[in-house]
Amino acid sequence: MPRLDAAELRERMARDLPGAVLEVVPLQVAAAPPHGPQPGAFMTSDTLVAPSRLVEAACYLRDLLGYAYLSDIAVVDYLADDLFELVYRFYHVEGGEGLTLKVRIPRDHPEVPSLTPAWPGANFHEREAFDLYGIVFVGHPFLRRIYMWDEFEGFPMRKDFPKQGDKYIGADE
Amino acid sequence: MPLEIVFPMTNEHELQLDLERQGVFLSTVNRFYNWGRRSSIWPMAFGLACCAIEMMAFGLSRYDVARFGAELFRASPRQADLMIVAGTVTKKMAPQVVRLYNQMAEPRYVISMGACATSGGPFRDGYNVLRGIDLLVPVDVYVPGCPPRPEALLHALITLQDQIDRQKLGRVRWYGQGAKPQTTDFPVPTFGAQGLEIDGHLVDPVGGLPLVSSYTAPEFGEMKSGRLEHPEIVRHFPIMDPSVELEHPLKARGMAPEIAADDLKRGEVGNAEA
Repeated sequence: MPRLDAAELRERMARDLPGAVLEVVPLQVAAAPPHGPQPGAFMTSDTLVAPSRLVEAACYLRDLLGYAYLSDIAVVDYLADDLFELVYRFYHVEGGEGLTLKVRIPRDHPEVPSLTPAWPGANFHEREAFDLYGIVFVGHPFLRRIYMWDEFEGFPMRKDFPKQGDKYIGADE
Repeated sequence: MPLEIVFPMTNEHELQLDLERQGVFLSTVNRFYNWGRRSSIWPMAFGLACCAIEMMAFGLSRYDVARFGAELFRASPRQADLMIVAGTVTKKMAPQVVRLYNQMAEPRYVISMGACATSGGPFRDGYNVLRGIDLLVPVDVYVPGCPPRPEALLHALITLQDQIDRQKLGRVRWYGQGAKPQTTDFPVPTFGAQGLEIDGHLVDPVGGLPLVSSYTAPEFGEMKSGRLEHPEIVRHFPIMDPSVELEHPLKARGMAPEIAADDLKRGEVGNAEA
């Protein structure tokens, strides 16, 4: 069973792919709660990859380290930081804990290279991220909506999508 | 006895059942016809979400809907009498649900199973779920629950059988001629930029409340209920019209024009064709 944790991945990837790994900037999670994680403490230990080197980093995980299963692509909308964070989770087929690659892209220009040409399993995940968050995956062969209907306008999972529901009727934004 | 006032035929119905219990069969055509229909309600094998799991339990041997004659789940709407809307109707699925309902032959019935099908349930505030199937097709029986237990669905079926028992051939929408409330297909919604549309008008937007009122049950006339579902809809109500003089907050002074004309059935008043 492979034993590779996030810190070690970061170290190895920084050694083998020079320039691909970025220094993690702490996120300003808005409105500090009275207890729990405070701003500044919100640091990720996962490997933050430069968007232009994403395909290379993912193929490194798959071909050299054997993490061949791309489990999902999650998008986090950090409205206060004005960025989207894409979280790619990889698993080793022999089991063990997964590893995570993260990519941060600006909200007003959400473009990231597509994994689909190199990694066909990423196809539907990327279409879903495009459908709900409007992330443009450059190089995707068939980037169109997958859940919502084609005629729909807007990206409903973005934090600045208008609030939904009866309880907000009449409430000012 | 308020029940007798609401359903004048209840009394006669009870009398008939009483006699049948004692072995006296004084049958009417209605009674025979209804007995035939109520005893073989074939549901459509059509599940949308987790409620469908309970619907399967309802059909299988533990709860055994065969006791009530409804065990034949048909895979085609052409052969089915009952559509159990079992689960969350997403906006993307809604046109298919209405199309399936349109394809069913009369007499046809609808059970709205669970909170999602009835009102959108926990997903009502979301962007993707239809806020109740009764916005698009008339529902005979609603079952609350999330999901309802199979017993609840059995109870809904028995309630539907009771409703069928009370029907009169001359009054049902699918028999005879004349102006019936619904003789054409129900409009199938289309996808728009902001939600579901019917004939180009937005009916269930992605944000906010549905802009259309729901159908009432077939037992109660199967019309649009006319209730104001959304405060932003501009409709002409005399009470809300500032130029109308009010007697008290709920009544305008004077007499409504339709009452003055002694013509409550003229076209502008009802919305049977809506």
